[in-house]
Amino acid sequence: MQLIPCPWCGPREEVEFHYGGQAHVDYPAEPAALSDEEWAKFVFFRDNPRGPFAERWSHAAGCRRWFNAVRDTRSYELLAVYRPGQERPVTT
Amino acid sequence: MTADFRLPAGGRIDRDSALRFSFNGRSLAGRTGDTLASALLANGVHQTGTSIKYGRPRGIMAAGVEEPNALVQIAEPFTEPMLTATTVELYDGLVADGLSGYGVLAAEPDPSRYDAKHAHCDVLVVGAGPAGLAAALTAARSGARVVLVDDQSEPGGSLLGTDDNLDGRSSDVWVRDVITELDTTPGVLRLDRTTAFGAYQDGFVLALQRRTDHLGFDAPSHVSRHRIWRIRAKQTVIATGAHERPIVFADNDRPGILLAGAARTYLHRYGVQVGRRLAVFTANDSAYLAAIELAEAGIDVPVLLDARQEVPPGLSAECAARGIEVHPGHVVTGTEGHDRLTDVHIGPFGGGQADTVGCDTLLVSGGWNPAVHLFSQLGGTLRYAPETGAYVPGESLASARVAGSAAGTFELTTCVEQGIDAGRAAVTAAGFTPAAEARVPVADVRAEETAAAVLWRVPGGADDRAFVDLQRDVTVSEVERATGAGLESLEHVKRYTTIGTAHDQGKTSGTVAAGLVAEQLGANLAERRPTTFRPPYTSVPFAALGGRDRGELYDPIRVTALHDWHVAQGAEFEDVGQWKRARHYPRQGEDMHTAVLRECRAAREGVALMDASTLGKIDLQGPDAAELLDMLYTNMMSTLKVGRIRYGVMCGIDGMVIDDGTVIRLADDHFLLTTTTGNAAMVLDWIEEWLQTEWPHLRVFATSVTEHWVTVPLVGPKSRDVLAALAPELDVSNDAFGFMTWQDATVAGIPARICRISFSGELAYEINVNAWCGLALWEALIEAGEPYGITPYGTETMHVLRAEKGYPIVGQDTDGTVTPQDLGMSWAVSKKKTDFIGKRSFSRAENLRPDRKQLVGLLPADPSVLLPEGGQIIEHDHLPEPPVRMLGHVTSSYDSAALGRTFALAVLRSGRDRIGEKLYVTKDDEVVAVTVTDTVLYDKEGARRDG
Repeated sequence: MQLIPCPWCGPREEVEFHYGGQAHVDYPAEPAALSDEEWAKFVFFRDNPRGPFAERWSHAAGCRRWFNAVRDTRSYELLAVYRPGQERPVTT
Repeated sequence: MTADFRLPAGGRIDRDSALRFSFNGRSLAGRTGDTLASALLANGVHQTGTSIKYGRPRGIMAAGVEEPNALVQIAEPFTEPMLTATTVELYDGLVADGLSGYGVLAAEPDPSRYDAKHAHCDVLVVGAGPAGLAAALTAARSGARVVLVDDQSEPGGSLLGTDDNLDGRSSDVWVRDVITELDTTPGVLRLDRTTAFGAYQDGFVLALQRRTDHLGFDAPSHVSRHRIWRIRAKQTVIATGAHERPIVFADNDRPGILLAGAARTYLHRYGVQVGRRLAVFTANDSAYLAAIELAEAGIDVPVLLDARQEVPPGLSAECAARGIEVHPGHVVTGTEGHDRLTDVHIGPFGGGQADTVGCDTLLVSGGWNPAVHLFSQLGGTLRYAPETGAYVPGESLASARVAGSAAGTFELTTCVEQGIDAGRAAVTAAGFTPAAEARVPVADVRAEETAAAVLWRVPGGADDRAFVDLQRDVTVSEVERATGAGLESLEHVKRYTTIGTAHDQGKTSGTVAAGLVAEQLGANLAERRPTTFRPPYTSVPFAALGGRDRGELYDPIRVTALHDWHVAQGAEFEDVGQWKRARHYPRQGEDMHTAVLRECRAAREGVALMDASTLGKIDLQGPDAAELLDMLYTNMMSTLKVGRIRYGVMCGIDGMVIDDGTVIRLADDHFLLTTTTGNAAMVLDWIEEWLQTEWPHLRVFATSVTEHWVTVPLVGPKSRDVLAALAPELDVSNDAFGFMTWQDATVAGIPARICRISFSGELAYEINVNAWCGLALWEALIEAGEPYGITPYGTETMHVLRAEKGYPIVGQDTDGTVTPQDLGMSWAVSKKKTDFIGKRSFSRAENLRPDRKQLVGLLPADPSVLLPEGGQIIEHDHLPEPPVRMLGHVTSSYDSAALGRTFALAVLRSGRDRIGEKLYVTKDDEVVAVTVTDTVLYDKEGARRDG
């Protein structure tokens, strides 16, 4: 079981967290202006990279705060965690 | 008839003890310190059962967890299947039977306790053999917090099974000294009988501690039998030793054929000679020690066959001095015997003059496989070492190192040195300064003289009787069939042949199988990928993994403040999420059907009340609360006036209904939301997610207040009279207190918030009070309602009443593929708002299809037939051959007191266009004719709402 470094609480066990899918997928400013295809892309399509992936996590059984993390999908290693609204940090 | 195979001296057993046990119905005697296997061997019993596929007699082959044959079922004190005789510690009164690959689970609940404990440390050392002890001592001396786990009943590891000396004294002395120092060093936790079975990310290791198994009938009931240790270590030292592997030859599976190292262990640790006359077959030096030591113990060892042409000169001379004929370049070509080995056929490797040696025991050594399981589980890659024919750790990991024979080092002094080095490296990585270099004790072990040969099998024999995986009964022929069928990957061969998939997980067969496959394919093993090791290393009882989380503690139970009253009234309960909800209140002699009809009549004709406290309640405050609600609900909420209530629907971004409930406005910046009982947590999370990740600029706080309130709907035409009696200062008339408004008032002397909400279509008041006052309110209502025959009703009646009115329940009538429009709730979808969650999805082509499934009512042609919920709706008046076009399904189905008949709600393709049509619903093997109707079947005009 992994330790996930919550940016508010520090490292906590994986079971305390809830996964929230890809990060930085903003709710469209004007949904009505989007074509069906554009809207469907927002609703249904997410990236699935092999390697670093920016994701949303929620410390559901802890501070109940959301945050973002860059995780390597090959090793599960969390390369960075950061708060919502912050830029995705550069990871190597 | 048992013979005594216990030697007159030696071993770590308590010779003053006398334990009685029974195996396969025979009464036998053993000693404290024995395993079931050593006690059986001391009685001359080798065969434990027969093999799973071919029914061939099988006996004890190993002395530890790698044992493939000796599966047993413990019968007493409590039955447990699929244990290995080599790992069961003997106790007085043990009753066990051999198994042929299958065990039997207990029919009654396990009375033992199981629990779990967390441990945190700087350095975890797995294995208390020479390397592990050295590592643990080095780490402990540096001041690090150390956990040392070992699966045996006492520390020492491989030293327990040899007579090696350290510094000129028995290795016992060294082990005792190390243990004494560890046990007196603060911050060291040492666990015997504890198997680390899984290693995971970030230094997390799971271990199973067997706390009372060895005590048998004397196990105290207050002590947990097994404990799962959840260890979080900064650094891990894997010192798990090695398992000996056999060489495969024809009829290599007879009782009496053992691994050579196991025979040494039985000799030194248990004082047991495994036979009267032994032959030895090896391709490396280590088995010479078994031959020499057993001969020294007075056992007849006529021959040692070494597959190598070049044999170790010193060891050979020692053998010759003890009357052991060493045959260089010789192999075992076959064996004889049924229940027990009688003869071994031998001959030169590659053919030539054959011979037969009469013996009751054959010791085999094909080399040693490092126990790299935990390292591999951590993602460490393995490297094939051609010089030893074994997989060894291929690279080091940042937080785990391997030491001793687990790293492929088999020389005792080097193992200790590696342990010290690993301990130093681990504490340094964990941020400590290692203590001064510990002294390495000097071992008297003979150095390796001649390089080992790698021999997987003796070719030229009966391959269909040459067993690779003894537990799965898989032979060389079957491996050949797999490669002959074109399988090349070891993972595929494993699945095709089942090699390595049994209880022992291929500890003695895996590497041999890999070697055979490579041999048959003409491939280089070093270039092939080994199979991946996955937890658990050894089998772990589910009861241990479950720990305390079973029975009542399996899942938390939530009850309302009125729960005890419901229990006292004999209510039947149903589970809604974690909540216990009163389902109905049967009177003497009533079944649920009768009770529900009575409760429904009371609500429609007189007055009734229920405990709705489980409804999710979320308090929403802040200047932007109204703006947030406009986004969360399909309805317009910002226009709601203080004092009023609005029903609302929530959708996901895909436009599908996720919850519904009411919103009451307490102040401009203060709302109270209700949610479905089972969705309360989900809705709160949903709100938080949007607030935190998309709209952090909105100044809103959401707080769960579900448990703060007891909520009691007072329902029925007489509800106004009952409320009026208890709230004399409140004007309960419809003009003063209209539908979908709320008022604060005092009810039975209790401050209350009353809402004119109805989930039944009847005149109703939903009374909310502080949960502490809930019972007082409830009892006051019961008393005041008595003249009107007030009746408590449960969730079943609530369901019937709401279904008669066509009110859907999210999660019952919807399943995540249903839009508000599908439910016929376009009226709840705002056309004025520019956006809300889900709005854009409503205009997707898929959501505009005319053949979407829509909520409708169904009336069975026979008014006494109850449709099954989940029943499929079809057009045929009989069940045709499949495929059958299914038009939808029944979502809710009840018998109605008010309608005097059964009815149902359903989702149906183009449902609203089909109203009036006759269709059919499957029920068991028949179909039931139904008429499609509108969803509202009772009081279509809504005349009853205001009383």
